[in-house]
Amino acid sequence: MTAPALQKRLGLATRDAYGQALAELGRRNPKIVVLDADLSSSTRTAMFAKAFPSRFINVGISEANLVGMAGGLAASGLIPFISSFACFLTCKGYDQLRMAVAYPHLPVKVVASHGGISVGEDGVSQQAIEDVALMTSLPGFVVMVPADEHATRALVNAAVDYPGPVYIRTGRPKAPIVHTAETRFEIGKGVVLREGRDVTLAANGLLVWEALAAADALAGDGIQAAVVDVHTIKPLDQALVEAQAKATGAFVVAEEHQVWGGLGSAVAQALARTTPAPVEFVALQDTYAESGTPDALMERYGLTARHLVNAARRVIARK
Amino acid sequence: MARPTPQEIPALRETARRLRKLDIQMLATAGSGHPGGSLSAADLVTALYFRALNHDPADPQWPGRDRFVLSKGHAVPIVYAALAVAGYFPESQLATLRQLGSPLQGHPDRRRCPGIEACTGSLGQGLSIGVGMALAARWQGAAFRTYVLLSDGETNEGQTWEAAAFAGFHHLDHLTAILDYNKFQLDGAVADVLSMEPMLEKWRAFGWEVRELDGHDMTQIVEALAWATTITTHPTMLIAHTVKGKGVSFMESNNYFHGVAPTAEEAAWALKELDGHGPPPAEFLATVRRGAK
Repeated sequence: MTAPALQKRLGLATRDAYGQALAELGRRNPKIVVLDADLSSSTRTAMFAKAFPSRFINVGISEANLVGMAGGLAASGLIPFISSFACFLTCKGYDQLRMAVAYPHLPVKVVASHGGISVGEDGVSQQAIEDVALMTSLPGFVVMVPADEHATRALVNAAVDYPGPVYIRTGRPKAPIVHTAETRFEIGKGVVLREGRDVTLAANGLLVWEALAAADALAGDGIQAAVVDVHTIKPLDQALVEAQAKATGAFVVAEEHQVWGGLGSAVAQALARTTPAPVEFVALQDTYAESGTPDALMERYGLTARHLVNAARRVIARK
Repeated sequence: MARPTPQEIPALRETARRLRKLDIQMLATAGSGHPGGSLSAADLVTALYFRALNHDPADPQWPGRDRFVLSKGHAVPIVYAALAVAGYFPESQLATLRQLGSPLQGHPDRRRCPGIEACTGSLGQGLSIGVGMALAARWQGAAFRTYVLLSDGETNEGQTWEAAAFAGFHHLDHLTAILDYNKFQLDGAVADVLSMEPMLEKWRAFGWEVRELDGHDMTQIVEALAWATTITTHPTMLIAHTVKGKGVSFMESNNYFHGVAPTAEEAAWALKELDGHGPPPAEFLATVRRGAK
């Protein structure tokens, strides 16, 4: 089986897709209100602000207050979307996310941009690599990392219908297209992009494209790698992980996140429950990154296709 | 708000006395909790639930209700007492405070307990939540007011001032904060730990209309709450000077009772005192522990 040659086609940055989807949602759902902490031109909530100025508030540079206010708005029947950079919103607003959102299980939709190290030149202070670990540990929170503009649009829409708190991480750079406008997305259901029998490459965010490129390279060596976009870390698609474990018997999990507490941990936990299999982890290996171009950083910190290929070979040898 | 009738102030005082007794009984039964800060808030909470708040105990989720956020969540027993007396749940339920399965959690839980509007207990968060509610009212064109009860200690928290700045800047006139200024925080006197004086000037500088009052003088409390509803240009702050442990002489300004429940004997003497039998005898008082000044 030979897959058609991959063509890298850059789509919108996921933050841009969010901005567009949110402005569109604003037309359809009058309960949606949006709050930002002085980063609306970067998170792209500015698009909503322009379309619906009376349902948008810039709270200033005060993330704790932003999250607390969102709790009050949601408790009063509105559906607040709140945005800032992922590092600021999750770290500065964490106690508020815990007490004012997660504990009362309110429908606050946290959409945080500038996830991962592909933020680039601004360096460590702006690069969220812990957000998934933080957010998955809050009971009842859905946590998602969409890979491209199609996934982002669909998952932002799905978040509105979910009757509880949702976290979505978006990214700064343009994201390669890995889905189509017709791809069906559901919270908690992964998307199989490529079937395989030797190893499963499970990824989210920008690493989904890298996984597809890695599978292509592996195919040249006769290795059939499956590729799965696990856009929802919580709730994890346990059934899909089990099915892939039975089909391939080995996993590489790839994410733009600290290796502790991200998608890799979630998949390993799912495997350990029912279908133990060897796993290799493509992630930041307990380190912060640094300044640099996004491409240079992804390569330097082991988050490109070539590293997935090596990890796949290692994990197959452990089967 | 209509002026109080001649009978109303004494009736509110009597209700406050009843809430204090329930508070002591609950804490003694639970064996843990925070007497000092719940007793200091008793008169304020009474005036809110039995005078100021537009609410319906038979319909806790009524969208038009005024919102009350207890930002100083550790004082929640006095709110549970008010909710029970107002009819949100039977008074008998108060005996389940802090027990497994009870809706009366150690700190407020809006999902478990009818009438509770916010999950608090991590200090500094309540004003932001109240600001969100007040903003929701504005955005929804609703007339309800939002009240937030703060402790003095929690004004140490930076988030309180983020929320204060936002409310002042956006002229959230349907928002009233009340400061239970009992002059103590857990480790000792506010004046020694981290004084936030000048308190009145700070709130004014953040864009609030501010009034100071005696937080145990029911006439002053009722008048101040009525005044707040007349301010249509700014959020309002009522700085209520109170006494920690108010109503039980051996708990008053005795910070030992910040977070320690009364023993059965202490509770018995406290209830006697609240029933008008005067302070306990010297031999009992000699056994009472004292907190840091």
